[in-house]
Amino acid sequence: MIELKNIHKSFGDLKVLKGIDLKVKNKEVLSVIGASGSGKSTMLYCINGLEPIQGGSISVDGVVVNDKATDLNKLRQKIGMVFQQWNSFPHLTALENVALAPRVVKGLSKNEAKEIAAKQLAHVGIGDKLDVYPSALSGGQQQRLAIARALAMEPKYMLFDEATSALDPELVGEVLDTMRMLASEGMTMIVVTHEMGFARDVSDRVAFFHEGRVEEIGPAKTVLSSPKSEYLQKFLAKVH
Amino acid sequence: MDYQFLWRPVFKALPELVDAAFLTMQVSIISMIIGLSIGLLLSFGRRSKYFIPRTLSTIWVELARNTPVLFQIFFFYWGLGEFGIFLSSYVAVVTALSFNTAGYMAETFRGGFNAISNTQLQASRSLGMSFLQTQRYIIIPQVLRVVYYPMTNQFIWVILMSSLGMLAGLRELTGETQYFNSRTFRTFEFFAATAVIYYIIAKLVMIAARLLGWKIFKGGKT
Amino acid sequence: MDPAGNAFTDLRWVDLLFLGEAAIRTIQISAVSILVGTVIGVILGWMLASGNIFVRLLVNSLLDVFRSVPLIIQLILFDSFVSIAGFPMPAFWSGTIVLSVYTAALVAMVARAGIEAVDPNLRRAARSLGMGYWQDMRYIVWPVGIRAVFPSWIGVSLSVLKDSALVSAIGYIELLRASQILTTKTQESFKIMLLVGLFYFLMSYPISKAGDYIEKKWQQ
Repeated sequence: MIELKNIHKSFGDLKVLKGIDLKVKNKEVLSVIGASGSGKSTMLYCINGLEPIQGGSISVDGVVVNDKATDLNKLRQKIGMVFQQWNSFPHLTALENVALAPRVVKGLSKNEAKEIAAKQLAHVGIGDKLDVYPSALSGGQQQRLAIARALAMEPKYMLFDEATSALDPELVGEVLDTMRMLASEGMTMIVVTHEMGFARDVSDRVAFFHEGRVEEIGPAKTVLSSPKSEYLQKFLAKVH
Repeated sequence: MDYQFLWRPVFKALPELVDAAFLTMQVSIISMIIGLSIGLLLSFGRRSKYFIPRTLSTIWVELARNTPVLFQIFFFYWGLGEFGIFLSSYVAVVTALSFNTAGYMAETFRGGFNAISNTQLQASRSLGMSFLQTQRYIIIPQVLRVVYYPMTNQFIWVILMSSLGMLAGLRELTGETQYFNSRTFRTFEFFAATAVIYYIIAKLVMIAARLLGWKIFKGGKT
Repeated sequence: MDPAGNAFTDLRWVDLLFLGEAAIRTIQISAVSILVGTVIGVILGWMLASGNIFVRLLVNSLLDVFRSVPLIIQLILFDSFVSIAGFPMPAFWSGTIVLSVYTAALVAMVARAGIEAVDPNLRRAARSLGMGYWQDMRYIVWPVGIRAVFPSWIGVSLSVLKDSALVSAIGYIELLRASQILTTKTQESFKIMLLVGLFYFLMSYPISKAGDYIEKKWQQ
C-alpha cells in the first residue's frame, strides 16, 4: 500500500504540493488528472524519492520514503516508473536497456538478466526488436521499451507520468493497450494522465488535482460523470 | 637559387628520427592519459557545490586555456628554478602538456555532461541504480560518445605541441631533428622530413581513431 | 645603503621596459596575422562550402597539411626556405606570413561551418524574393553565419595570440623569448614567468569571457 499523509513540496518559493493525502491499495489503479502545474507529476517523483519533500510523510508498504535511513535504491526496485519523455538509454540496445538494472542492481547473471529482458520485451509486444538501438524505434515502441525496463525489476507498483503525452496521436493507442494489459494483470498503478477515456475505463478511482491539492477523489465513473467540484466541472468541459 | 639540396644525411638519420618519433608518441600518450584523468576530475570540480573544489578547478582551467602552452613548458622547466626545483626536460614537457590537456578536456567533459539530459539520471535512479552505478553505466558511456571526437583532436594537438619539447631540450622528434640540424646545417631538408613524419603520424592517429570510434559506437546515436 | 641592491632595482626597470616592448611586439604580430589570416580564411572557407568537389578536395587537403604539422616546424621550414631561396627576410615578416597562413587554415574551417550553419530554406526564401547569389551572401548568409561561428572565431584568434609565442623559435624577440633572455640574466625566473603569464592571461581571459557572453546572448 502506498500512503501519502499531508505532503508539502516546494521548488524554492513555489509551493507545488500543499497537503496531499492519498492511499493506494494493492491491485488498485488510480488515475490522477488535473491541469498542468497542479502538482500531479511532482507527486509521482516524490513517491519514489526522486524529489525530496518538505513536510508530511510518504510510506510504501510501511517503509517511510522521506526517512533518511531508508535505502531508496532498494525501495525503488519495488516501484517502477515510466516517464513522459521515455528516456530510453540511447547507447544500449533494447535488450541491454532492459537487462541492465536486473544485472547491476539485483546482481543477476548476464544470462538471467537477458532472459528476463527478452521475456518482458515480448510481453509488451516488441520481442522482435531485441538488438535494435532506441534511435531505430518509434516513440510508442520506445515507451513500451521503458515499460518493459521497469517491469524487469518485478516491481509491485508502477508509476506512469503522462506516458502518452509526448507521443504522436497514432502511437498513443499501443502504449495505452500495454498499460491496460498491466492493469488487467493486477498491477498496482498510479497513472498521471490526460487520457480521460483511459481514466474512466481502466482505473478504479480518479483523483483530480487542483493547485497542489486533491480537489476531488472517488470511483472513476462517479468522479468523471458527476463531478461535484466546480474546478473539475470546468476542467472536464475543457478536455472534452 | 644556387642551393644544393642534400638529402643523404636525412636518410642516414632516419632510424634515429623514427626512434625520436616513438618518444614523441610516448610523451603524448602519457600526457593525454594524465590530462584526461585530471580533466575529468576538474569537470566534476567545476560542477561541485562546494566553493574550494569549484574555485581551484576553475583557476586551473582558466590558466591552462589562457596562457600559451610554450609558456607552460617554460614555466615548469625554468620557472621553478628560483625555488631550487629543476624538472628534467621530459618531466617538464609531460607536466605542461598534461596541465594543458586537463584544462581543455575539463571544458569538453563539462559540455558532454551538460549534453546528457537530467531525465536520463532520473530514469536510471528510478530503476534503483545508485549514483555511482548511474554514472558508470548510463552517464559516462554517453559522455564518452559526445567527447570522443574532441578527444581525438586534442590528442593530435598534443602530438603536435610536444614538438615544443625541442625548446626545453627534449630530444623528441623535433628536438632530435634540431640536433641533426645543428650538426649538418641541413635545416630545410631535416625539418621537411620531420614535417612529413608528423603529417603521417597525425593521419594514422586520425584513421585509427575513426576506426576505433566506428567499432565502439556502431549503434545507438545520442 | 647597499649598492648591490641599487643596481638590482635599476636593472628591474630596464627589464620591465624590455618586457613591455616585447609584449607590444607580441600584440603586433598577432594582430596582423589574425587580420590577414581571417581575410584569407573566409575566402578559403567560402571555397570549401561552395566550390565543386575538386576545389573542395584541393583546398581541404592543402589546409590539412597546415593543421597536421607542428607550427614550430612550419616556422623553421619557411624561414630556412626563404633564406636558401635567396630572399631572407626579418623574423617579423616570416613569422607573420607563417602565422597568417596557419590562422587562415583554422579560420577556413570556422567560415565553412558558418556558411553551412545557415538553413538552406532561409537561403531559398531569399532567392525566391529575387535576391541574387551575392545579395543572398551579403544579407542572409553573412549575418546569420557570423552569429553561429563568431565564438569559434574568437577561439581561433586567442589561440593565434598564444601561438605567436612560437615565433621565438626563429629568433623574433616577442614576450616569451624576452622573458627567457631575462631569466638567464637574473635569478628571478619565477617572478618573471609570473609576470609574463599574467600578461597573456590578461590579454586572453577577458576576450574569451566576452566571447562566452556574446555566445550566450545570441543563443537566447
